[in-house]
Amino acid sequence: MNAFLGFVIKEFKQIYRDTRTLVVLFGMPIIMLTLFGFAIRNEVSNAKIAVLDLSKDEVTRELIQKLSVSKAFELNAYLENYDQVEQVFKQGEIKEVVVFEPDFGNKLVKEGKADVQVITDATDPNLANIVQSYTGAIIRDYVQELNDNGGTVQAGIQPSVQMMYNPELKSVNLFVPGLIAVILMLISALMTSISITREKEMGNMEILLVSPLKPYYIIIGKVIPYLLLSVVNVITILVLAKFIFNVPFNGSYGFFFFESILFIVTALALGVFISSVAQNQQTAMMASLAGLLLPTVLLSGFIFPVESMPLPLQVVSNIIPAKWFLIIVRSIMLKGSGLVFLWKETLILTFIAVAFIALSLKKFKVRLQ
Amino acid sequence: MSDLAISAKGLTRTFGDFTAVDHIDLNVKQGEIFGFLGANGAGKTTAMKMLTGLLSPSSGEAKVSGFDVYTDAEKIKKRIGYMSQKFSLYDDLTPEENIRFYGGVYGLHDKDLKVKKDALISSVGLEQFRNKQVGSLPLGWKQKLAFAISIIHDPKIVFLDEPTGGVDPVTRRQFWERIYEVADSGITVFVTTHYMDEAEYCDRVSIMVDGRIDAMDTPSGLKSSFNASSIEEVFISLARSAERGDG
Repeated sequence: MNAFLGFVIKEFKQIYRDTRTLVVLFGMPIIMLTLFGFAIRNEVSNAKIAVLDLSKDEVTRELIQKLSVSKAFELNAYLENYDQVEQVFKQGEIKEVVVFEPDFGNKLVKEGKADVQVITDATDPNLANIVQSYTGAIIRDYVQELNDNGGTVQAGIQPSVQMMYNPELKSVNLFVPGLIAVILMLISALMTSISITREKEMGNMEILLVSPLKPYYIIIGKVIPYLLLSVVNVITILVLAKFIFNVPFNGSYGFFFFESILFIVTALALGVFISSVAQNQQTAMMASLAGLLLPTVLLSGFIFPVESMPLPLQVVSNIIPAKWFLIIVRSIMLKGSGLVFLWKETLILTFIAVAFIALSLKKFKVRLQ
Repeated sequence: MSDLAISAKGLTRTFGDFTAVDHIDLNVKQGEIFGFLGANGAGKTTAMKMLTGLLSPSSGEAKVSGFDVYTDAEKIKKRIGYMSQKFSLYDDLTPEENIRFYGGVYGLHDKDLKVKKDALISSVGLEQFRNKQVGSLPLGWKQKLAFAISIIHDPKIVFLDEPTGGVDPVTRRQFWERIYEVADSGITVFVTTHYMDEAEYCDRVSIMVDGRIDAMDTPSGLKSSFNASSIEEVFISLARSAERGDG
């Protein structure tokens, strides 16, 4: 036990003395959260738009007014004719042009139907999509108002849309769980694999293997400090998310930490596995980045929804622990779900964790032969 | 039990169809300083790894400190010390912390450890570096410290894999004085080296060529049977016959 404790203490001292490691450990979560929280947003604000109003009546004026007061848009130009549309797009500033057909207001009131054309600059398809749907929403809203006031002939079915659990569609709410997954992968898997391969590279591992210390002591001793640091990081992210970005947390903290530790253990097992295959720190780093971090970012549903991936990738995404962790954490944070609803995902994550632990223990033993 | 610290018979290790160590026989007496020589790639490190339990033999038998390498590896581990070719202390820990750590690894209790630590630091003469990180020490000091740590648990046998590589002649001499002291205290020293003058300091030496032990005797015995004036000549005449290349 003395040996084991000594191991953990030594590991902490080494982490504490290595500035680079410290920066990665504690700087990374904060930097990433700030970046994702402030810079990377799916919602649009102040997109520049132009209007080509061929009707110039009361209705279009009101509509233009509504568009221009929206936070999402900044009305930048009034065009006079169609030829100018392409011109403004080529200049690049304007992301969207809204065109009202001649006699718009009259048609709307009399026939209950008028055409508005929304032209977007789709060189950035994401932005174009969002801008377009915002515009649609504002116009629908206005028509709804008109209908309510009995100003027009009632027009068919009015869909009533309600966004549950994240009504403001804030992307930071979606990113925080993903970020937790990425950071835990980074710290647990990457750092562990690097620190174990470093012992190998420096020759310390040979001495440890010749010593009477049991191999699983070595693994656990290496892994415990990173487990604790990962938990500290989870707390940091949660605190930042709650108090700076007002991300809601509706579920149980106990359940959340249970799931987090399950995920951390999976990542640690992966780190140990990588370190037993990789011969040096560089290989370990490349393997962790390409083999773990990329799939965690790209295939887990963190940025791109799994549902919209091609089928083969969807199949692959099932063996990525982060996918299940993301589903779980999003549900806990935003919906407040408990084990009753998440037992299936939890079971899968547990299964993956056990499989990787078994694999890494086996690999680590083989190396002793 | 006999008074043999290490005994091996027909010890062999193959990697695929390459035979790294080819039926070597070895008897090292308790308290002896045994020089284990051989050109690069002759199989020294592989042989040493089998004796220290890092590698399991393909065939043959070997006993270290009276225990079988196949069945009693754990007991052997408690009774041997090992200093590897690579420098193996933690650069970012102080000498004290390294001693504490390795002492703990070898199962020393806190009380013993405290006594040992002070004794060890003064025996190596490290008082001035007590609280400096090991990485900042000169190589000679590091090697001396590594050696002292490898015998912190009073092993029966200590394996030294090229302990003086890259060290200046004065420090090398001091290092060998320490080896003598350790051997006098009853610890068997099993040492590999590329310095032929160091081979002369050993009680007995063996020379490995192509995975076999081609010669084993006292330094003076070897010189007279090969009709040579130094171990270096013996070594060169044997190594010339080697078929394996360097490395």
